[in-house]
Amino acid sequence: MNFQFLFDNFIGLTVTGLAFGAIYALVALGYTMVYGVLQLINFAHSEVFMYGTFAVAWVFVFFHGTVASTESLGASLGLLSVALVAAMLVSAAIALLLERVAYRPLLTRNAPRLMALISAIGASFVLAEAMGLRNRFAAWVGLDDDLDNYVAKARDVYPNPVTIQPQGLFTVGGYTVKDVDLLVIVAALLMMVALDQFVRRTRFGRGIRAVAQDPESAALMGVNSTRVVQVTFLIGGLMAGAAATFYMLKIGATRQNAGFILGVKAFTAAVLGGIGNLRGALLGGLLLGVVENYGAAIFGTDWKDVVSFVLLILILLVRPSGLLGESLGKARA
Amino acid sequence: MNRSWRIAAAATAAAFSLAACGSDNGDSNAGGGGGGGKDCTEQNLAFLGATTGDAGALGLNMVYGIQTALDEYNKSADCEVKLKQFDSQGNPEKAPALATQIVNDKTIIGLIGPGFSGESLATGKTFFEAGLPSISPSATNVTITQQGWTTWHRVIGNDQAQGEADAKYLTETVGAKKVYVVDDAQDYSKGLAGVVKTGLGSAMVGSDQIQVGQTDMSAVVQKVTSSGADAIFYGGYYTEAGLLAKQLRQGGFKGAFMSGDGAEDPSFVKVAGQAAEGALLSAPAGPAPADFGAKVKKVTGNDAGLYTTQSYDAANIFLAALKDGADSPEKINDFIGSYSGEGVSGPIAFDDKGDIKQSTIYVYKVKGGKLDTENPEPIK
Repeated sequence: MNFQFLFDNFIGLTVTGLAFGAIYALVALGYTMVYGVLQLINFAHSEVFMYGTFAVAWVFVFFHGTVASTESLGASLGLLSVALVAAMLVSAAIALLLERVAYRPLLTRNAPRLMALISAIGASFVLAEAMGLRNRFAAWVGLDDDLDNYVAKARDVYPNPVTIQPQGLFTVGGYTVKDVDLLVIVAALLMMVALDQFVRRTRFGRGIRAVAQDPESAALMGVNSTRVVQVTFLIGGLMAGAAATFYMLKIGATRQNAGFILGVKAFTAAVLGGIGNLRGALLGGLLLGVVENYGAAIFGTDWKDVVSFVLLILILLVRPSGLLGESLGKARA
Repeated sequence: MNRSWRIAAAATAAAFSLAACGSDNGDSNAGGGGGGGKDCTEQNLAFLGATTGDAGALGLNMVYGIQTALDEYNKSADCEVKLKQFDSQGNPEKAPALATQIVNDKTIIGLIGPGFSGESLATGKTFFEAGLPSISPSATNVTITQQGWTTWHRVIGNDQAQGEADAKYLTETVGAKKVYVVDDAQDYSKGLAGVVKTGLGSAMVGSDQIQVGQTDMSAVVQKVTSSGADAIFYGGYYTEAGLLAKQLRQGGFKGAFMSGDGAEDPSFVKVAGQAAEGALLSAPAGPAPADFGAKVKKVTGNDAGLYTTQSYDAANIFLAALKDGADSPEKINDFIGSYSGEGVSGPIAFDDKGDIKQSTIYVYKVKGGKLDTENPEPIK
């Protein structure tokens, strides 16, 4: 128990916690939107994120080479924006593929939601293991020599060649806020505001809300529910790709199972904020990131995960529907 | 057409998995005859350790050392000694069944291995009860030699020796006044970090534990930087070590980064990138002498690596026992207990528990973006 440390470093712990929490929140959007529309937990969403992290690393290797270097955020901003686009595209493609292969065949046959859940877990394993076998795939098509830098050792950590060296921007209460943390927080917030407005103001957004509220009536009113579900997965994938870019910016390395723990945390964040609720995902993510960091400071870093799940249980005891329990379908226009 | 394509794909996948399973658990040096034309009974040394799987490269390094020693011995010996390999994949759950096979094979006169600490703890009792002498080239957990298994020996310094040397190196050579200690809560890591903490004494300003698989180290980074530490010691393996080193540098930590043999791998540098520069990684094993490396290359066609020297020395102790006329497991075990000699890895003699009496711990440095495995600095 080290409360003194928490008080002495309160600002620093809050800022780094918020930055990681913003990543949780972006991933949590994918869980919460799919749940809002389909009442289904897309457990393969963590793999959607993981493929995004690899897309980022590959973009860096492709444009920068494998020679390790350290650069400031400003110098690598161009590369990062290319990586952001690539990661969003890759993650969105994986999310759409998932919807087509793992969910739509079941949902069109009105299979119970439990079947779709099992299909999700299976798809999650398939995607993670496929990434773990990437060197074999490369070998089968005779590319393992040429693409050595891209495939690397299958299950080992795959590092980003460029390490971003954060620069201090300004000092708050004795803690120097770094550009990387600020960028992650601000960018994640902007994306979520944009998404929130998209769901509340556009025609597609109205369609999403309609299907979430009552799929049958929405269909009768001429809403193409298949298209709505696709768009939901697409948006979840885009956000997961953005999260993957920020994750690589902060951590700088990924591996075939990188999505697992982060996915569980993001799912927790979604439940914490109220699953099916976009603003809830944001609140839950940021809260989780910050509380985890405080917990790690007080009890020791190995207690980090325990703290976040104890928080989840405590909040669900008081508010079973999460902090902002309102669902996507009931969101007012 | 679609279906036949799928069947072909399934068949290909099956073939690959079969090929992966069909690794050699039996005698690798089969063939070559009983040797010498004399009246020989079959004699084998066993190797138990990982030759496939995640740590398979380390196990193969050991096999190359043993093969080199056997090749030299068999050239002039009356009766040939061969090697039987038992692949545990480094897995403590797979090792006991293999241990039973080994003790039931009466042609096996001694064991080189087990390779890792976990499998050593899981099998030591079986070998002890069967009276089969063993020499491990690489298992370093302190508790193994505290079990009273009088047949168990190792030709490598244990984590106690490594931790003491690391603490000494940090305070004396690096000149650190404040050291922060972090580990990943696994047996090896906790053990090593614990010894370092004791060795540091009042120079330790704080400690924390992380989890295996953790990627975000921001709380630890904050603790280290706000403690004003001028050095950090990490007990654990290369993945988390690399991430920690990277995020410490990003957090503005300027002091020395040190870790143990779990992180002494080129992958550490890959993960940490430029943040690895200047990192200090200790290991209870020095590099192979150049002429030894050439010898291994000639016999096995492979380069010597980590633990090749130790397994060469371990095999030579058994072979010296045979030359000395020891013909039963008890006699061989007695011979090992009183053995004293100069191996390629350094002077070898065992204390009453089976630990090597005198071991040298080396510090490997990261220079110019890669782990310098050629020129480690011995800690004196």
